[in-house]
Amino acid sequence: MTVDANAVQETDPEAQGLAARPMHPLVEFWVYFRESRGAVAGMAVIAVVVIVAIFADVLAPHDPTEQFRDSLLTPPVWAEDGSWAFPLGTDAVGRDMLSRIMHGARFSMVIGLVVVTLSLSIGIGLGLVAGFFRGVVETLIMRLMDIMLALPSLLLAIVIVAILGPSLFNAMVAIALVYLPHFARLTRAAAIGELSRDYVTASRVAGAGLPRLMFSTVLPNCLPPLIVQATLAFSSAILDAAALGFLGLGAQPPLPEWGTMLAEAREFVLRAWWVVTFPGLAILVTVLAFNLMGDGLRDALDPKLKRS
Amino acid sequence: MFRFAITRIAVLLPTFIGVTVIAFSLIRLIPGDPVELLAGERGISAERHAKLMQEMGLDRPLHEQYLTFILDVFQGDLGKSIRTKTPVSEEFFALFPATVELSLCALLFAVAIGLPAGVLAGVRRGKVFDHSVMTVSLAGYSMPIFWWGLLLIILFSGTLGWTPVSGRISVMHFIEPITGFMLIDTLLQGNYAAFNSAVRHLILPAVVLGTIPLAVIARQTRSAMIEVLGEDYVRTARAKGLPPWRIVGLHALRNALIPVVTVIGLQVGLLFSGAILTETIFAWPGIGKWLVDSIHRRDYPSVQGGLLLVASTVMIVNLIVDLLYGLINPRIRHAR
Repeated sequence: MTVDANAVQETDPEAQGLAARPMHPLVEFWVYFRESRGAVAGMAVIAVVVIVAIFADVLAPHDPTEQFRDSLLTPPVWAEDGSWAFPLGTDAVGRDMLSRIMHGARFSMVIGLVVVTLSLSIGIGLGLVAGFFRGVVETLIMRLMDIMLALPSLLLAIVIVAILGPSLFNAMVAIALVYLPHFARLTRAAAIGELSRDYVTASRVAGAGLPRLMFSTVLPNCLPPLIVQATLAFSSAILDAAALGFLGLGAQPPLPEWGTMLAEAREFVLRAWWVVTFPGLAILVTVLAFNLMGDGLRDALDPKLKRS
Repeated sequence: MFRFAITRIAVLLPTFIGVTVIAFSLIRLIPGDPVELLAGERGISAERHAKLMQEMGLDRPLHEQYLTFILDVFQGDLGKSIRTKTPVSEEFFALFPATVELSLCALLFAVAIGLPAGVLAGVRRGKVFDHSVMTVSLAGYSMPIFWWGLLLIILFSGTLGWTPVSGRISVMHFIEPITGFMLIDTLLQGNYAAFNSAVRHLILPAVVLGTIPLAVIARQTRSAMIEVLGEDYVRTARAKGLPPWRIVGLHALRNALIPVVTVIGLQVGLLFSGAILTETIFAWPGIGKWLVDSIHRRDYPSVQGGLLLVASTVMIVNLIVDLLYGLINPRIRHAR
C-alpha cells in the first residue's frame, strides 16, 4: 500500500502531459493520513495493543489470576529487590503485574469495540430516522438526545450502572447509551445535508425505496465524521470504563481490567508505586494512541482541510 | 438580543421537564427499594414494609408519584433524604460550595495555563514550542484523571510530603461556614493558618480536575489563534507596522477568544464528571461524592434531587455561555 501511494504521489501527471487520474479513495486517504506522524505512531501503538490483547495467553509470563504468595508486592525488575520473574512487579496478593496488564488490554479493546458498535449502530439508526422523517419524530428523538447531553456523562453512566447492577457488561451498555447523542446528532446533521443533494433526488426519482435511500445512498456519504467520532469514542470508552471500574461500578475484581486494578491498588498508593503506576500508564498510552489516530483521521477525511 | 435570550430560555424548559422525567424514572428502575435497604440484613415484616412504603408515598401509582414530585419541584421542595431525613436541597446546597470552589479553582488553573500556552503555540505554529504544547495537551486530554490524582499523591504527598492526601482542611481547624467557600471563610475569620491549610488541600484536586479542561482550552485557543492570524485585518495590522505583541494581544486574541469562551463554558458538564472522580480520590466533601454515595445507598430522593440540581446547574451555565456568546458575537444573535 505504501508503494502504491508513493507512486501515485510522485508521478506528476501534468509533467507527463497526462490527465490526472483520480486516486483510489483508500490510497488518497492513506496519503493524507501518512502526513501526520502522530497518527501513524498512534496506529502503530494500537496495533501493538491489539496483538498483545489477542495473544495475551501466549505472551504473558504468568496467569493473570495466579497468586504467588511468597512474593507479595515485589517491586519491578529494575528496582532493588526486583526479579526477572515479575518484570513489572506483583500486586498485594502476589499476582504478576505484567500479565495482568497484558490481559487487561483484552478488556479495553473489547470495551471499545462493544461500546462503539452499540452506540454507532443505534446512533446511526436514530439519526437517520430523525433526518428522514422530520417533524414530530425528529423533535422527539433530538430532544431526548439534548436531555441526555444536559446530564454530565459520567453521572449518567453511573446512574445507569446503578440500575443495571455493577458489572463490566452493564458498564459498557451504560457508556454506549451515554455516547448515543453524539452519533445521533452527527448522523442527523450529515443526513439532512446530503438529502438536498441532487444524487439523492436522482436516486429517489429512480425509484429507490426508503431503506435503500437511507443506508445505501445517504449513509455512506455521512460516514467520514462518524468514523472520526467512532475513533474518539473508542478512546473515551476505554477511559470511562476504567473510571467506572475505579469507582467499583465496572468490571469486578479479580478481572484484570485496568481501572479495576487501579481501584484495588489505591490503598497501596504510598507503599507500592508500581501497582498504581503501570495500569494507569497502560490506559494513558492506549487512549493517547486512539486520540492521535483520531486526529489524523479527521485531517485525512475532512475535505475542507484537504483543499488548503 | 432580548428575543435571542427568550428563545434560548424557551428551548430550555422542555429539556428541564425531560430531565425531571429521567431523574424520576431512572432512579425507580433501580432494583431493590429504600425500605428494604434501610432495614438491612435483619429484614422487615411485610406489614411494616407496606406501612413504611405508604408513609413515603412509594406505594402510589407512578404517574401520581411523578405529579407530586414535579409539583414539589416547582415549589422548590425536592423531598427529604431517606437516610438523614434532612431536605435534599439543604444537603445539596451545604455541599455545593465545596464542588464549586474546587471546580472554579480547577477552571482558573486550566485557563491561566491553557490560554497563554494556546496563544503562544498558535503564534509559533510548527515550532518546537507548538509541538510540545500539542503533545502535552493531547496527553492531558487522554489522561485517566483518577490515576493522575494517585500519581500526584505519590509524588507530592508521599515522596515530597508537601500536600495532604485528602479532605478540604486539616482537622486541627474548625471553620464556621459563612459562604461555604473554605478559602473565603478562613480569610473572613482572619485564620491564616487555616487558610494555608485549605490552600494546600485544594491544590492537588484542582490540578487534577483542571487537567482535561486545560488541554481542551489550549488546543482550542491554538486553533482559533491560527485561524484569526490568517485573517486580512491581521495582515493589515502587520502592514501598518504594529508591534507583534499588539497584533497578537489586541487584534487577534480578542477575536480568537470567542470560540474559546464557548469551550470554557462547555467544560462545566465535563468538570462535573471529573469532580465525581476527583472528589472520590481526595475524599473531597462535595456533590460528586455525595451523589455516588447516595446511589450506593439507594437514597431515591437524594439522587433524584441531586441529578435534577446538577442538570439544572449545567443547563443554566450553558445558557449563560450561550447568551454571552450572543453578546460578544453579534453575528450569532442576528442569525436567528
